[in-house]
Amino acid sequence: MRRGFGALGDLGRRLIFRSVSLRGTESPNYGRARASTRGPDQREPSAEISDFRPPVDSHFDWVGPPDRFSNLRCVKFYIPKNESKLEQQLRKLRIDTQNWNQKFWSNQNIIFNKEKEEFIHLRLKAKGLGLRDEEGRKNILTAEEMAEFYKKFLNTNYKKHVNYNKEWYRRNFTITWLMGRTVLQNAWRRLRQRKEIKQ
Amino acid sequence: MYRVSCRRLPGRLGLCVFEPLHKIAIIKQILKVFVHHYRSGNGEWLQIRHFYLPKCQYVTKVDKGLYQRAKPKAEPSSAPFPEKSPLINDVVVRSVQQVPTITPYPSSLHEDEEQIPGKAGMEEVADDKGTSQDNRKGKQWNEVKVQLADLPGIYAKLSKIKLTALVATTATAGFAMAPVPFDLSCLLLATLGTGLASCAANSINQFFEVPFDSNMNRTKNRPLVRGQISPLHAVSFAAACGVPGIAILALGINPLTGALGAFNLFLYTCCYTPMKRLSILNTWVGSVVGAIPPVMGWTAATGSIGAGALLLGGILYSWQFPHFNALSWNLREDYSRGGYRMMSVTHPALCKRVAFRHCFGLIGLSTLCSVFDVTTWTFPLISLPINLYISYLGYRFYRDSSRNSARKLFFCSLWHLPMLLLLMLTCKKSIAGSESTIHHQVQTEMQV
Repeated sequence: MRRGFGALGDLGRRLIFRSVSLRGTESPNYGRARASTRGPDQREPSAEISDFRPPVDSHFDWVGPPDRFSNLRCVKFYIPKNESKLEQQLRKLRIDTQNWNQKFWSNQNIIFNKEKEEFIHLRLKAKGLGLRDEEGRKNILTAEEMAEFYKKFLNTNYKKHVNYNKEWYRRNFTITWLMGRTVLQNAWRRLRQRKEIKQ
Repeated sequence: MYRVSCRRLPGRLGLCVFEPLHKIAIIKQILKVFVHHYRSGNGEWLQIRHFYLPKCQYVTKVDKGLYQRAKPKAEPSSAPFPEKSPLINDVVVRSVQQVPTITPYPSSLHEDEEQIPGKAGMEEVADDKGTSQDNRKGKQWNEVKVQLADLPGIYAKLSKIKLTALVATTATAGFAMAPVPFDLSCLLLATLGTGLASCAANSINQFFEVPFDSNMNRTKNRPLVRGQISPLHAVSFAAACGVPGIAILALGINPLTGALGAFNLFLYTCCYTPMKRLSILNTWVGSVVGAIPPVMGWTAATGSIGAGALLLGGILYSWQFPHFNALSWNLREDYSRGGYRMMSVTHPALCKRVAFRHCFGLIGLSTLCSVFDVTTWTFPLISLPINLYISYLGYRFYRDSSRNSARKLFFCSLWHLPMLLLLMLTCKKSIAGSESTIHHQVQTEMQV
C-alpha cells in the first residue's frame, strides 16, 4: 500500500518540480553549497536542503531552515552575472566556512548525544535499572548526575573548542572584511558607470 | 484533518500513513487547478506554465507577511489564473506547513525536552521567543532581502533592547544618586550615550557568536543566526551606534565618562565574549561590565569617581552573581554542548557558593551606602526585607541546587535590582542637608 502511494507521490512531485527544470533553472545562478562531508545515513537531509532551487529572478541569497544535526542554516549564494574576482573569493570562502561549520557542529552534536546516551545507560546499569521503568517511561537521571557528564564533556573537548574558536574568529573577520571591500568595490563601479553615462 | 488523525498514530506508522495522504492532498489540489482552468478559461488547454504555479508557491516569497505567493509574472491579461491564485496559494501554503519533520535520529536529539521539564520556565526569558509567524518563517527558505519595515524589529533583537534598557536604567540611577544639582540635558545625554554603547556591544557580541547561538534554544532566533541580515550589516549597525554613543559621552559630557564607555565596550566585546569559551573567569569579567554603567552615570554628573560611584558599581557587581549563576544553572546542557565554560557546568559547588556569598554582599554594600553618605540610614533598613529575601533564595539554591530554586532566584533577581535602585533613590541624602552641614562646619572654623 505504501509503495502504491509512494509511486503516486513521486509522480506528483515530478509533475511539480520537473516543470521548473524545463525552464532551465537548475544551477545557472546559484552555487550549490552541498555539505559533502555527510555519512551515508545522513544523505537524505542534505539532499532535501540541496534540492531547493531559488527562483530565477531572485538576485539575493536564500537562507534555509536549521539543519537537523548542526542547527545551522544553509545558505544558497547568488552568483551575479558579472561577478568580480573579489566577490568570487568571498562566495567561495563563505561556502567553505559553511561546510566547515556544518561538519564541526553536526559532529559535535552527534557525539554529544551519543556520549550522553552511553553515560545514561551506564549509570542506570550501575543503579540496577533498565532503560525504561515498569510503566514504559524512560528512566532519567537527576540534573546532578547529568552535570557530571556535562563537565566531563566540556573538559575533554577543551582543546577542540579553543581551536575551533580561533579558526571561527579568523574566518568571520575575513568574511566581513571581504564583504566590506565588495560593497566598496560595487559602489565605486556604479559611480564610474554613472560618470561614463554622463560623459 | 489528516493531522489530527495521524498524530494519534505512533511514530513511523503515522508517518507511513500521513506522508502518502499528504501527497494525495497536493495532487487533489493540482487536479482542481486543471479542472477549474479548463472550465473557466478561454478553452486553452494545459500549458507547461500552468504546472509552475504550485512549485513557485512553495518557495517564492513576495508578501513580507504571512504567505508565500507566486510572484506576479508578466502574463497576458486574458490569463484566468490570477483571480483564483490566492485560493490556491492558501491551500498550498497550508499543505506545505503540514509536512512532518522526519527524524532519522529519533532518540537523543529530542530527549532534552523530556528530561528537562523546567526548561519552559527559563524559555520565558529567552531573549527572542518570536511569534508563531516568526517561527513559521524561520522554518522555511527565505530570501536574504532586508525589508525596511522589518529593520526596527531586527535592530531591537540585535541590540538586545531589553538588556540595553536595563543598562541605561542603571546609568540613570548612577546619575540620579550623584550629590549634585539635577541637570536634565546631561542626564538625557548620559542615558542616550550609554544606551547606544550598549547596543553596539550587544551587536558585536551576536556577530561573534553566530554558530554558538544557533545551537542554544535561548538564542536560536537571533537575526544573524536566522540570516535576516549579513555580518557586515550587523557590524555597520554596531559602528553606527557605538561611535556616536562614545562621542556623546566623551564630547557631550566629559572625557572620563567617554573613556569608561569605550573601556566597557572593549571589555564586553573583546574580553568577555571570547572568554566565555576559554575560562570560567568570564563571569567575573562580565560582572565588571555590568558594574560600570552606574559608575558612568555618576561620573557624568560629578566628573569624578567618588565613593558613591564605587558603591553603586559594587552593588551591581554583586547582583550579577545570583542573577547569572541562577540563569546558567538550568542551561548546563546547552552550555556544555556549545562549549561554553561556565561555573555551573565545570565548578557547580563554586557556582552556588559565589551566588550565595554575593547575596550577603548586597546587604553589606547597602549598609555601606549610608556610611559613606550616599544615602540616609533608612536605606539599609528598608532594603533589608528584599535583600534578606534574595539571600534566603540564594541559600535555598545553595542547599537544594534544584532547577526550581535556581529559577526562583533568577526571577527574584529580575525585580530585586530595579526595586533596590528605586529605594536607594528615595533615600538619597539630599544636597541641601549636606550643604548646611558644610556651612555649619565653616562657621565653627571661623569662630575658632
